[in-house]
Amino acid sequence: MLAKRIIPCLDIKDGRTVKGVNFVNLRDAGDPVELGQLYSQEGADELVFLDITATNEKRKTLKALVLKIAKHLDIPFTVGGGIRSIEDVASMLESGADKVSINSAAVKNPQLINELSKHFGSQCIVVAIDARQTNNEWMVHLNGGRVPTDKELLSWAKECVDRGAGEILFTSMDNDGTKAGFANTITAQLSDTLDIPIIASGGAGTMEHFYEAFTKGKADAALAASIFHFKEIGIPDLKKYLKNEGIVIRS
Amino acid sequence: MNVVIIDYNAGNVQSLKFALERLDIKAKLSDKPEIIKAADKVIFPGVGEASTTMRYLQAKKLDKLIPSLKQPVLGICLGMQLLCAFSEEGDTTCLNVFPQEVRRFKPKLKVPHIGWNTISDLKKDLFTEKLEQQYVYFVHSFYVEKGNYTTATCDYITPFSAALQKDNFYATQFHPEKSGSIGASILENFLNV
Repeated sequence: MLAKRIIPCLDIKDGRTVKGVNFVNLRDAGDPVELGQLYSQEGADELVFLDITATNEKRKTLKALVLKIAKHLDIPFTVGGGIRSIEDVASMLESGADKVSINSAAVKNPQLINELSKHFGSQCIVVAIDARQTNNEWMVHLNGGRVPTDKELLSWAKECVDRGAGEILFTSMDNDGTKAGFANTITAQLSDTLDIPIIASGGAGTMEHFYEAFTKGKADAALAASIFHFKEIGIPDLKKYLKNEGIVIRS
Repeated sequence: MNVVIIDYNAGNVQSLKFALERLDIKAKLSDKPEIIKAADKVIFPGVGEASTTMRYLQAKKLDKLIPSLKQPVLGICLGMQLLCAFSEEGDTTCLNVFPQEVRRFKPKLKVPHIGWNTISDLKKDLFTEKLEQQYVYFVHSFYVEKGNYTTATCDYITPFSAALQKDNFYATQFHPEKSGSIGASILENFLNV
């Protein structure tokens, strides 16, 4: 059976991982290649590298980094952050990335999803959507939840699928950083409505939260960052726990 | 060992190159018949759409070359589908190495089939007994039906061919280059054929 996926997310700035990572067994915890390899060895099913470098100038270092990651990593990985054109995607895929994720650029120019999926195939186009609840409605936000848009989550997600998205990476900005669990009700609604895989993100704090994301939230994959980076939850323990709870997990 | 990856408009060949490098193989990328014919092993990768890709192969005259190869050939993902007789994707006549049809998944579950799934009913040369029920990485919306040449089976919506073999032609629907150590051992088995 198709396994549920566990996906650590690494934030990259100027070619280095950010968020104080405290791995004692790493020579260089700021090295995305080494950290990525460690997660892969621990059983991560996929990795997401999110480039939060502000300038285009610095972004050129990203291509070299992706090449280095691809050289050492034997599981699939996605690169996101500031991708807004066919050229950007081509550069990432040529360097060995398996998928790219687009967020703001898709909201600002939805046609981009059509162009990218036609050019590269849906399977490598992940549309990331950040949303939070305002007046009982889930509204899409940009810039890490700071900038509201007029798009409602479900209708925007449906539009993304119609335009050719291969997967949806949904982050609840209301849950992100709370460690109180994923936004399962709305994630389940997305998963029931859309016929492509949903990656749930935002709110992981305990192993039970992952279990709930896969059961109540009906997510196909669950993404988390700090709880893995700070070793609050080890991937081997998490996978063992989920397997014992009857979730289909690759081990 | 002289390994050539057929270089055509096939998307991400970089990860395949790197996977082979991890096995100490420096593969060449080429679309030149004389270089492909001279290889010890040929890998025919593929990500993309069937009809567009077949047209591209025809334009490069690779559609005649590939089925005529005598050395071990490994088709991966779309490469495997194009080695079949016909694909429902764009109603495409393919290379007909494997007399099988490529069908679109009925959307009873989410399509594409993305992620790690198990392989079973394994047959040599690509597989050994210890790979039974191991997880490998799939990304596809079309599948090859089970048939006489099926050497590995995966079940998603319906049981389908996860791998095929006929004479010197090998093929996997999954991506061995992205399937961790299990994938690496399958690539190694191909290199050792």
